[in-house]
Amino acid sequence: MRRPITLYGLTFSLPLLIWQVLFFVFPLLFLVALSFWTVKNFVMSPDFDTVNWTTMYGRAVFWQAYGNTLALAAAAAVLTSIFAFPASYAIAFKMSDTARRWAVFLMVIPFFTSYLVRIYSWQIFLSDNGIINVILGWIGLGPFQMLNTVGATMIGYLTLAFPLVVLLQLFSLVFIDRTLIEAAHNMRCGRLRTVFEVVIPSARTGLVIAALFCFILAFGDFVSPVYLGGGEPTTLSILITDTTKSGQQWPRAAVIALTMIGTLMVVAFAAVKFAYKGKSK
Amino acid sequence: MSGSFDMNRNRAVDWALVVYVVLAYVFVFAPIAASFVFSFNSDRFPSIPLGEFSLDWYRAVATDPLVWEGARNTLFVGVIVGICSTALGFGAAYTDYRYKFAGKQVYLALALLPPTIPVIILGLAMLAYLSRINLSGNALSVIISHVVVCAPFAMAIIRLRLSQMDPALEPAAWNLGASEWMAMRHVIVPFCAPAIFGALFITMAVSFDEFAVAWFVSGLNETLPVKVLGFLQGQVSPRINAIGTFVFILSMTLVILAQLLLSGRGAKPADQE
Repeated sequence: MRRPITLYGLTFSLPLLIWQVLFFVFPLLFLVALSFWTVKNFVMSPDFDTVNWTTMYGRAVFWQAYGNTLALAAAAAVLTSIFAFPASYAIAFKMSDTARRWAVFLMVIPFFTSYLVRIYSWQIFLSDNGIINVILGWIGLGPFQMLNTVGATMIGYLTLAFPLVVLLQLFSLVFIDRTLIEAAHNMRCGRLRTVFEVVIPSARTGLVIAALFCFILAFGDFVSPVYLGGGEPTTLSILITDTTKSGQQWPRAAVIALTMIGTLMVVAFAAVKFAYKGKSK
Repeated sequence: MSGSFDMNRNRAVDWALVVYVVLAYVFVFAPIAASFVFSFNSDRFPSIPLGEFSLDWYRAVATDPLVWEGARNTLFVGVIVGICSTALGFGAAYTDYRYKFAGKQVYLALALLPPTIPVIILGLAMLAYLSRINLSGNALSVIISHVVVCAPFAMAIIRLRLSQMDPALEPAAWNLGASEWMAMRHVIVPFCAPAIFGALFITMAVSFDEFAVAWFVSGLNETLPVKVLGFLQGQVSPRINAIGTFVFILSMTLVILAQLLLSGRGAKPADQE
């Protein structure tokens, strides 16, 4: 149905539109323009020069960081999904409604705790004289170097994404038609086989979207790679902060940022397409 | 509801799953609990066995004028961000609820997408853009950026509430002679009130914890999370634990208030099953 445009309607619709165009769309578009500006003697000037693109894309460091970031984020998405699934599955199918509500509430809490504080806390666990090494020492093992390793970075990504992935997986699992599972069981389909041939395909959309969110979060995070991974390997997010914070090379940072956005758009598009494949019938 | 498919139940597997869930929650809450415990611990380099109980880190934080300034900035920014995001989010949610128009998909994308853009990219874009229009490096720039990120949360929360409303309610008010504005004031807003306050508290809590965009744009007006980032970059300092515990309690108070409002009396739809 069509209604005429009224002052009343515009009062509610327009403010958000104006705000997001002014302070969300424009900044991102400005990033595109900025990537063609030039920097001379630490002063930026408007220009149309592809020098930033050719400089950045000509650097082995950049492509190395790109590969690292892609690999780390993909690993985080896969690992988090695998670690989260048994938990989501158990919460969805093995708990009473009350217990499930509590489980969800507890999983929401981490969103409102500071990510930085949790990362610092992981340093206490993982450092050379940290909690885990002390405990291992009691049974005569270690000490192992855990801080400043890729494994520590991965723990950081898990800290960041695990609760969200569990909630998204859970959300898709509770909406599975349970008669499907009963039917599978009635036809003597084993537990594990039911999970792989009935539960996972039915929840595919949610599972893929959850993995996608984990990928996005890990792809853009600079805290875990720096404060748990020790800055090694260099990721694109580290490259952006370094380029921005030291040396006024904002146009080059813009090149990195735009490359990241492009990559994320391709990944998101592919993931969504895969998630909804054959669903539109 | 559950327990209806006992065919393949296996006690061992069920127990294993329960243990797994407990371990998952241990993983999630270990850093939060450790931060709380070590904030009361005297050691400079926290580990076990625990040192003595002490309030030194709280004292160190409480006597640091920079921390107080950060806290003031955080609170100031958070309250304004909460109000603005909730107002914008309410408008967008109502628009989605009531109107159909060409380009609505684009409108909704603008209303919901910002949180999916990595904060580091948003931070850079904001810094570059806001300094171009001479708005960078102050509390206002943090407020502007945070509203962009927080409004979608408010929109989602309020939209959910609107979908629980009987769609005949608003037209009924019009038929009884209420103008659109009166129906808004006496029907829609009261019905959404719990969600509006819920959104207010949630967006405030999101703003309190956001550090990346704030780090890029805040300049000298650092918020508390940006200060924490500074502590993290500098010497390892258990002061982070003290601040973290304090902010955690603040955020949780807001979230629990929001939760009470959102699930409180009348907030649930009649048909729970």
